[in-house]
Amino acid sequence: MPSLTSRPVLIRVTAQSRVSAKRPGLLVVGTVNNRKGWQNVKLIIAAIKPFKLEEVREALTTIGVRGMMVTEIKGFGSQSGHTEIYRGAEYAVNFVPKVKLEIVVAASMADQVVETIQSTAKTDKIGDGKIFVLDVQSAVRVRTGETNDDAL
Amino acid sequence: MKTKYLLPVAAVALAALPTMGFAQDAAPSFDEIGPYIMTTLLFCMAGFLVFFMAAGFAMLEGGLVRSKNVTMQMTKNIALYSVAAIMYWLIGFNLMYPGDFNGYVGSFFVITQLDPVGVAAADAALDYASVGSDFFFQLVFVAATASIVSGALAERIKLWPFLAFVVLLTGVLYPISGSWQWGGGWLSEAGFSDFAGSTVVHSVGGWAALAGAIVLGPRLGKYKDGRVNPMPGSNLALATLGTFILWLGWFGFNGGSQLAMGTVGDVSDVSRIFANTNMAAAAGAVTALILTQVLYKKPDLTMVLNGALAGLVSITAEPLAPTLFGALWIGSIGGVIVVLTVPLLDKLKIDDVVGAIPVHLFAGIWGTIAVVFYNGDAVLATQLLGIAAYGVFTFVASLIVWFILKVTLGIRVSEEEELQGLDVSELGMEAYPEFTKA
Repeated sequence: MPSLTSRPVLIRVTAQSRVSAKRPGLLVVGTVNNRKGWQNVKLIIAAIKPFKLEEVREALTTIGVRGMMVTEIKGFGSQSGHTEIYRGAEYAVNFVPKVKLEIVVAASMADQVVETIQSTAKTDKIGDGKIFVLDVQSAVRVRTGETNDDAL
Repeated sequence: MKTKYLLPVAAVALAALPTMGFAQDAAPSFDEIGPYIMTTLLFCMAGFLVFFMAAGFAMLEGGLVRSKNVTMQMTKNIALYSVAAIMYWLIGFNLMYPGDFNGYVGSFFVITQLDPVGVAAADAALDYASVGSDFFFQLVFVAATASIVSGALAERIKLWPFLAFVVLLTGVLYPISGSWQWGGGWLSEAGFSDFAGSTVVHSVGGWAALAGAIVLGPRLGKYKDGRVNPMPGSNLALATLGTFILWLGWFGFNGGSQLAMGTVGDVSDVSRIFANTNMAAAAGAVTALILTQVLYKKPDLTMVLNGALAGLVSITAEPLAPTLFGALWIGSIGGVIVVLTVPLLDKLKIDDVVGAIPVHLFAGIWGTIAVVFYNGDAVLATQLLGIAAYGVFTFVASLIVWFILKVTLGIRVSEEEELQGLDVSELGMEAYPEFTKA
């Protein structure tokens, strides 16, 4: 299996890919890397309210998502922080706990995944989170060495 | 070995063994040795409970410091207990209980000697208890005093200078001031009353902690731009466990201080003390619960824990005489004191990580004053004299010791070490080292 780190040139491809993600029609194919399917994998990063995690997981497995990475995080967005009192002194809680999902799927599925997360994690209250979609340079399944969308 | 003494406890067993009568022609009757056995037993049981308070302090402090300082706090707690045990044997016990002395300072370096193995009834202190039980019971008290200091100075003090202070506190300062009251010294002669040590133990620890906190200074970033920046504790479950352990230990602390269990009156008094002690703690906790709800719109668990302890400290000077209602309101005022004085210390920029000074010093002073409400022999002026005497001696002596330690060894870690946490910088060992469940 070729080493992933031996292809620094791909960094430039990432920049191109970001542009193409907004305009899928101009998707550049095979400029640097001629591996099959490299441009067809998307990474979806979503920060959601922690108590919504189980509901979102269920909805995603229903539409065929076969894996995800979950991290407990803290952050701030438009919800910003709030103040609490500890032993008589007020203090600002600047970072709010969230759960971060990282889901890698075939590009054809990305829109559906984003819509599912958006509709499931939504509470209509401030602080529901954000969803980002990125192109993935490559993916490898550790057990078999399969690459890209075969690896998902 | 002990069978010889245990058998007579059961009258039936005594009757079933008439041979004992002529095996030892002057066998003592139960009336003669019973009180000695029962009081020795009281000291042992109460001593175990007070010993366990060391675990309570460790858990309370471990829960209220940030996770980067937990290993250090545990290290200080087991080290201070052990240092106290050795110092109290070497100097403290006989300095605190010198027998006949001038009333101010007993003799130094009279090492504690236990009763001989298998001591005969004729050679034992039948009007009191065995030396071993008495020594053990008194020693666990001094360890409590040192624990109070460790909590207040957490998260920024170096290990060895702290232990150097513990050597002097447990070997010299506490025993000298303790001898004034419990060793039969001048305050005891003056009529000062402090049953189990609101002043003798808790205020002394509080004064030493206050002196240390002033010399040491607050944690980095605690008071910035005129604001107080709370540094919430790492584990409130541990802090709660620690408080319950201290509460349990307090039954030994106060109950054992009856110092006698050989009569119906004494054993009933011990149980009366248990009930009052429990009531004061409950009242302190409920008071802090309600008061923080009213003042801050949400109850503050750490204040409720401090409130229970303040209730306990408040009743410690007189846990016997009050009615249960008396214990309730005395403990309740202890809870008020804590909730109001924790922010007060912050205003003065005195950084007390676990609230040791409000709990042990301020509630200790209150408890010592409250003695006059239920103990007819106590006089307010004498109580205030005792509070002042312990305050001046312990605070001034501690200030001097802390200051000397500061200019010689240095008592504070560097800024970088403090920010990194003492676990890594001083000990190279984290309390929670694993990144994930590897």
